[in-house]
Amino acid sequence: MICRAKSSHIGSVFSTVDILAVLYDKILRVDPAQPDWPDRDRFILSKGHACAGLYAALAERGFFPATWLEEFFANGGRLAGHATHWGVPGVEASTGSLGHGLSLGAGMALAGKRDGLSYRVFVMLSDGECDEGSTWEAALFAPHHGIENLVAIVDYNKIQSFGRVDDVLGLSPFAAKWESFGWGVCEIDGHDHPQIELALSQIPLMRGKPTCVIANTVKGKGVSFMEDKVLWHYRCPDAEERRLAFAELEGK
Amino acid sequence: MELAARDDRIYLLVGDLGFGVVEPFIQKFPDRFLNMGVAEQNMTGVAAGIALTGKTVFTYSIANFPILRCLEQIRNDVCYHKANVKIVSVGGGFSYGALGMSHHATEDLAILRALPEMTVIAPGDPFEAQAATRAAAEYDGPCYLRLGRAGEPLVHASKVNFRIGQAIRVREGDALTLISTGAMLRTAVDVADALAAKRISVRVLSMHTLKPLDTDAVLAAAQETRAIVTIEEHSISGGLGGAVAECLAESGELRVPFKRLGIPAGFSAPPGTQEYLRDLCGLSQNSILRSLEPLLEAVHVS
Repeated sequence: MICRAKSSHIGSVFSTVDILAVLYDKILRVDPAQPDWPDRDRFILSKGHACAGLYAALAERGFFPATWLEEFFANGGRLAGHATHWGVPGVEASTGSLGHGLSLGAGMALAGKRDGLSYRVFVMLSDGECDEGSTWEAALFAPHHGIENLVAIVDYNKIQSFGRVDDVLGLSPFAAKWESFGWGVCEIDGHDHPQIELALSQIPLMRGKPTCVIANTVKGKGVSFMEDKVLWHYRCPDAEERRLAFAELEGK
Repeated sequence: MELAARDDRIYLLVGDLGFGVVEPFIQKFPDRFLNMGVAEQNMTGVAAGIALTGKTVFTYSIANFPILRCLEQIRNDVCYHKANVKIVSVGGGFSYGALGMSHHATEDLAILRALPEMTVIAPGDPFEAQAATRAAAEYDGPCYLRLGRAGEPLVHASKVNFRIGQAIRVREGDALTLISTGAMLRTAVDVADALAAKRISVRVLSMHTLKPLDTDAVLAAAQETRAIVTIEEHSISGGLGGAVAECLAESGELRVPFKRLGIPAGFSAPPGTQEYLRDLCGLSQNSILRSLEPLLEAVHVS
C-alpha cells in the first residue's frame, strides 16, 4: 500500500501496528455494520501520519473493502495521506496536524460520560506530539473532570520527525509527567500482544482517572534495516527493499 | 438560557471568562457547562469532540482569544468535521479599546470568512444579537458570532426578522447605500439620518452575515442606488469591504462608485475608548460624513 502510493511514514506505521491489531481484534467494541452506533468505542489516531496502519486495520475488521486500500494517496482516492473521516467508515476523526486528537477524544469521552453511555475513547499519540502545548492542555483537562473512559496510548518510539526525542525536546521522566498531571499510567512493550491486551483490558487503570498507556515501541519494527532509524519517517521502500522487508515480515 | 432550557443538547464552554454573565447558566445547567481554563486550543478541540456526539456546543471568550489562538482547531476539528460548534466572541472591534492591541479583534471577520463551512455573523444591535444567537443555535454547522460588549445602542425598535445570510434594510433610499456590519450599524443609521436631513436619501443595509454574503442585496444596491460604501469596525482588508468588493467585481457592476470604510492597514497603537479609536480610524459619524463628500459630489447628489 505504501510502496504503491510511494508514500512516507512507514517507520511510524510499523511502530503502531501491533497496538492497532490488538485494539481492533480484542479491545474495541465496534460494529462495522453500524459505524455510527452511539455507544461504540471510539479510536482516534492523533498521529494521523501513521494512517496506513489504521486504514488496513479498518479494512481487515470489515469497515470497508480491502480494495479501497489501493486508493491510498491516489488522485481522487478515498484514503488521504493523513487520517481522514470523509467517506471512510470507522475513522472517527480526521487528524494530521499534531496535538489535536487528545482534546477531541476528551470531548467525546466527557459527553458519553455525561450521557450515561458506556463507551470508551482511545487516542493514540506520538511522542513527538507531546511537544505540542495543546496535548498538555488536554492532559490537564481530562483528569480534572475525572474522564475515566478516556485512554491515551503514546507510541513512544523515541524518534521524532528530525531526530531522537532526547536530542530534540526531551520528555523524560515521561511517565512521571503524566502521573503528576493526574493520569493512571502504565508502561508496556508496545509490540508484545499479551501485554498490550492486558493493559487495554483494565480501563480505567485507576478509578476516577483517565488512563495513559506508554507503549515502548521501535520505529520501523519488524524490518531490521528500518528499525530505529529516522530515515524511515520519510523514505518509501524501493523494489528490492520491499522484497527484503516482506521476506523478513513473512519469515516471522 | 432560554435556548438551553428548550434544547438539552446545548453545551456552553468558556475560556475562564464570563464573570457576571454566565453564572445563571452554570446554576441551571451544571452538567452542560465547562470552564475550560485559559486553554483555548483544548476548549475548541473538546467542543468539537462533544459536538461530534450530537450536541450543539457554544464556546465563549473575548476578543481574539476564542479564534486566533485556536485557529487550527477551528479549521481542522470544527470546520472539517462540520461540527456543530458556535464560537462566540464578545468584544468585537475596539470594544476593549483601552486594553490595547492584544484585545482589539480587528481581523477576525476576514480570517474566519476564509474557512470552509464557517458561517460568520456580526449582529448590528442587541435585537439582532438575540435573534442571531437563536439562529446560530438552530443552524446545523460551524458558526462564528461576533458580539459587542453589551450595552450597544439599539437600532431596531423591536424584534427583527432575522435570517442568516439575509441583510436587513434599515433605511430606504436611492442616492447611496451604506452597508454596515456589526455594531457600526448605529453610526451608519445616524449618518443616513444626517444626510436625509440634507435631502439625500440613503439606503442602509445591516449586513449581519458576512458569510454567506447576501449578494442579492449588494447587487440590488448597485442597480438601484448611485454608490456603495461599506462600514465596519474591522481591517479594511478581507472583511465586509472585501466581501462586497468581490461580489461587485465578479458581477460586472463596476460602474457603481464604491468605497470601503474601516480600520486602515496597520495596528492601532494608542489605547483609548471605542469611540476614540473609531474616530481615529475615521469611523465616527462626522468623519464618515466628511469622507462621503467627494463621493456624493461625484455622483451629483450633494
